This record gives sequence, C-alpha cells and structure tokens, in this order.
Amino acid sequence: MAASSAALSMSKIIKPIWCGRLSTTAKVFGATVSSRREKSTVPPPAKYGGRHTVTLIPGDGIGPELLNHVRELFRFSCVPVDFEVVNVCSATEDDINNAITAIRRNGVALKGNIETLHTLPASHKSRNNLLRTTLDLYANVMHCKSLPGVQTRHNNIDIMIIRENTEGEYSSLEHESVSGVVECLKIITRTNSLRIAEYAFKLAREKGRKRVTAVHKANIMKLGDGLFLQCCREVAAGYPDIAFDAMIVDNTTMQLVSKPQQFDVMVMPNLYGNVVSNVCAGLVGGPGLVPGANYGRDYAVFETATRNTGKSIADRNIANPTAMLLASCMMLDHLK
Amino acid sequence: MASNAWRSMLSHVVGAAKRPTVCSRSVFSRGLQTVTLIPGDGIGPEISVAVMKIFESAKVPIQWEERNVTAIQGPGGRWMIPPDCKESMDRTLIGLKGPLKTPIAAGHPSMNLLLRKTFDLYANVRPCVSIEGYKTPYTDVDLVTIRENTEGEYSGIEHIIVDGVVQSIKLITEDASRRIAEYAFEYARNNQRNSVTAVHKANIMRMSDGLFLRKCREVAESFKDIKFTEMYLDTVCLNMVQDPTQFDVLVMPNLYGDILSDLCAGLIGGLGVTPSGNIGANGVAIFESVHGTAPDIAGLDMANPTALLLSAVMMLRHMGMHDYGKKIETACFDTIRDKQVLTGDLGGKSKCSEFTEEICRRVRDMD
Repeated sequence: MAASSAALSMSKIIKPIWCGRLSTTAKVFGATVSSRREKSTVPPPAKYGGRHTVTLIPGDGIGPELLNHVRELFRFSCVPVDFEVVNVCSATEDDINNAITAIRRNGVALKGNIETLHTLPASHKSRNNLLRTTLDLYANVMHCKSLPGVQTRHNNIDIMIIRENTEGEYSSLEHESVSGVVECLKIITRTNSLRIAEYAFKLAREKGRKRVTAVHKANIMKLGDGLFLQCCREVAAGYPDIAFDAMIVDNTTMQLVSKPQQFDVMVMPNLYGNVVSNVCAGLVGGPGLVPGANYGRDYAVFETATRNTGKSIADRNIANPTAMLLASCMMLDHLK
Repeated sequence: MASNAWRSMLSHVVGAAKRPTVCSRSVFSRGLQTVTLIPGDGIGPEISVAVMKIFESAKVPIQWEERNVTAIQGPGGRWMIPPDCKESMDRTLIGLKGPLKTPIAAGHPSMNLLLRKTFDLYANVRPCVSIEGYKTPYTDVDLVTIRENTEGEYSGIEHIIVDGVVQSIKLITEDASRRIAEYAFEYARNNQRNSVTAVHKANIMRMSDGLFLRKCREVAESFKDIKFTEMYLDTVCLNMVQDPTQFDVLVMPNLYGDILSDLCAGLIGGLGVTPSGNIGANGVAIFESVHGTAPDIAGLDMANPTALLLSAVMMLRHMGMHDYGKKIETACFDTIRDKQVLTGDLGGKSKCSEFTEEICRRVRDMD
C-alpha cells in the first residue's frame, strides 16, 4: 500500500519533469499502479510503439466513404493512428458485440451511423443506441459554431450542446398492454441527471463559458423533467461563477430560430437533445459541418453530430466530409 | 381494411355534408351564426374587442356569446368549466378564445387542459404562413402542423419507481392515431394542400411511433390524391431551419407537435402572429391565440390583436365563410405590409385601437 502510493507520487513528480522521452513508460507505469489501487481510473490508451490504435466503424450510407477520406488524410499527414476496422451489419447481434469489444480494447472509436430499419420487430434494438448504452457513453457533446464563409441566415452562433445520451426517451422500453394501446417508458434517474449536469458545468468552466441553460418540459412532465431540473440546480449551486437558467423546450426552439446568439451552453435530456442539436446544426449550415462526440467515463466515440446515414447521397461523391474530418480532429485532441 | 376504407369514406361524406349544413343553419337562423367568445385574461379582453370591431366593419354574419372560463369545483370535487360556458359551446359548436392565465398552485389543472378534456379537442392545427411586411430570416414559409392533442407524452402518467428513478409513460393508441391521421388528410384535401408528412422517431421508439406510422400509412391508402411521406423528427428539424419551403402539412404525436409547432411559429415571427385551432370530436372547434396573457401591457392599449384575428379568420374558413375570411386577412396583411400603423411588438409605435381602426378602414374600403 505504502509502496504503491509512493510509486504513484513518484509518477506524479516524473510527469511534469519529462520532456517526452520518459512519458510513455511513466504514463503506463503510473496508470498500471493507479489502476491497481483504485478501480475507477481511466484505462491506459491503446498506444503501442508511439502509435495509437482506434476502432473504426464504417456504418451504412455515407459512413464508409467519409471514413475513407479520413484515413486518406491521416495517411497523408502521417498521423500516428492505426485504425482497426470493424464492420457492423444491421442484421446480427455478433457484429455489434465485436465492435463493442474492439472499443473496449482501444478506448476510442470513430464511427459512421448504422442504419436502423424500423420495419424490423421491436426486439431488434437500434445498433447505435446499443453501443451508447453498453459503453455508458453518457455525454453527447456538440459544438455549433458559425463557420466563416458559410452562408447562413444567422451569424455569430457559438453554442455547446450537452445531451444526456443513455436514458430518457431512448430507453427502448415499450409494451403493448392492450391491443391497440402502446406504452413507451421514459426513464429519468437522479444519478444520470447529476452526472450529465456535472459534466456540463465542468466543461463550461474548462472552456471559459459564462452560462448554462437547462432545457426541459417540466411544466408538463412534472416528475421526470422536474427531477432533471432539480439535479441541474443542485449542481449549479456548486459553480457560482457560471450563471444557470432553465428554458422550456418549445420556447427554446422558438428562440433558436429567431435569436440563437443568446445561448451559450445547453444541457438537456435525450430527446430534446436530439431536436435542439439538429436545429442548431441546421442553423450553422447543415449536417455536413458539425462534429459530435460521445464521452463516457472510460471510452470516447466520435461521429458526425446529427448522426445521419445519408442513404440518398451515398456513393455519389457528393457528401460533405467536413463533419467527419472535424470529428477526427476532436478525436486527436482527445488522444492528445 | 375494407371497414377502414368505408369508415373514412363515410367520414368524408359526412364532412362534406356538414359544410353545407353549417351554411344552411346560418340561413335558417336569420343569417346569423352564433359563436362562443372567451375573452380570457390579461390582454384577452382588449384583443377580443378589436376582433369584434373588425368583424363588425366587415359585416360578418356572426353574433358573439361571451362566456367566462374559470375553473369551478363540481360535485365530487372534480374541477370543471362553468356549466353555462359548456352549454354555450355545445350549442354553437364554434369558439374563439383569448389567452388564459394558469395560476401556479391554484389546485386545479390548467384551463386549457380542462377545455381540451371537456370537448375532446384531439387535433391542434397551426398554419404557419410568412407575413409579408414582418421580416424574419425565413421567407416563403407556408406549412401547417397538425398535432395530436390528447395522448402521447403528455398523458401525465408518471411514477417514482424507487427514490431517484422516475418513469414517465408515453401512450399511443390506435384510435387516436387513426383519428388524427384522418383529420390531417381531410384537412389537406379541403384546403388544397399537396402532401402530408408524418413526423416520428420509429427507429428508437419502435412500437409506439411504429403504431402511429402504421395508422398514418393505412389512412394514406384512402387518400391517394395526397402525397404521403414520412420523416424522422431530427431530419425535419434539420431541414426546417435550412429550407422550410419543402414542407406542406405535417402530422405528428403530441410532444413532437408541441416542439415543431412552436419552431414553425418562431420561423414566421413568434406567437404574437400565429393562429391556432383545436378541433374536437362531435364537430366542436375552438380557435385561439397561443400567446400569453402579457399582464405587463394589459389595459394599456398596446396589445397586438393579429394572432387572435388570424385565428378568427381560420374560424371563418372552418365555418365556410371563405370570402369574409379572405377580406379580413387581406386587410390585416396589407396593414402590416404598409408599416404605417404597427403595434409595439411588430416594430411600430401605434396603439392597439389605432391598428384595429386601420384594419377596419381597409375592410370597409374593400366593399
């Protein structure tokens, strides 16, 4: 116990001193030691011989061609990243399990959207959703910024959207109690709401943002969204330097199309996150421009923000690769 | 399948037969149709007066029956609307409502909810048309959102399973989905619209939105002249803010409808200029302005009556009085386009009464 704590403090001292040569050894050593001590630290990155390994899931539609562009660009720029390609076919369970194992192994993934045929029976869950919930990628972060040179109706937009990614309306718990009556459950838990609020405020502080807005519909869903709002308020109390306010989702969409410059950081449950992130992506220029990232405690998966399969424009060489390229840049930032 | 086709044909025939009945009823009762007017709270009374004045100058054959809607507790402790209001609505079948205040912690549910439950107002219709003269970043918007108003995510069924875990139930039923789909297609047909788009999230909520979608598809079979498409909610939102001209009539369950209808209202300039209608079973229809009561400007003659006026125009069209509707709508749009007499929220400095007077003048000049 004493030896490991000494080793831990030693690695903490080595880290600021090194100039990069001892880095890998120290990091692995420090990480191994600390992982033995506390189970909750992040597993070591899959970095062998100075090159990272990243899982690549091409998906359907425009996914494969966009990811090919990313690979080409990486090769051209001599980026020390190797891709482990895992193809996921929508039909079987095995493919998605392989993908999940690969991501657990590598820690980081870059993916295209996997199509969900909603003509299949309800027991066949959405592959993307399955991936997110199994790996507990609880935060979906999207940064919408007006890009210079892109003609849009609104300018100077700079909104960060943090969306709860695992529960809410996407719990896939449905049943037909009586013939002709279907119930779908929306689950909100205190733990997850606190977690996402904590993530949002921490990110806001890191990026030097001034205000966090919680988006909800607590006037109608008093218990569910009420719990979410309460958790946000509790977390906000611990961050007095960041202003906090709440807005109802329909008012939010109305404000977004008239005055989007008023928003800074927004945090919300799953479904509203879907709507708001798509509205914001549309405001800054479309689905081809905005990257998105899904962060969990241990894993990170990067993709385009609006998660479109783009079947209608697949294989025609007209898809905009910007979103996927920016997502790969976010991934490189994450890999440091 | 055959019974569904027969049922929709019957409803179409009944719908077609109903319209001449409405007109003939007005002929029978000495040409005057009675409409229940609920002024509401805050700026409600003054905008109702404005609408009544404009209707008078257009010589619309309507007489108003004013009623108050404040919740009262009936026998057994159940909250309900006053019986005289209910009796009036049951008789006239058409209502025009101003904004209602929902006091917090009053012990009773919101008045809008009570009205909805009492008259089974299952469809909320919001036509969003860009107003010439009121500039927004979006031009040429011309779409209609039809939202299921009774079930879905707003069923209000919530439970705390264990401490810290809340479950909210979204209810989708076959009957309600079929009813709203039928209404949407009938509306499209009666108003010469070309296509109906069902908005859903069936990739995630397979069974519930899947059921809604199936019902829409079935109803679409009986309306072959109207194009039917389906689109995911996120794709609709994405495309709506980039190019709203590609949408025509949108039909969707409750929550998506709430969000999308407010999004579309934002595209044309906000709730102050958006009309709205609620259609119920048994032929009841209540048209309303969806903005708030604005207590800060109540009584100061600063309110903008456009939302209530356009809802009243919707009401005229529903009643078959298309000519009067067109006349008043044109006068209103011309006034806004000229920008001479505009209320504060539209960017001008005139009073509500001046704005109303200008519209009345134009209506009279048109005759």
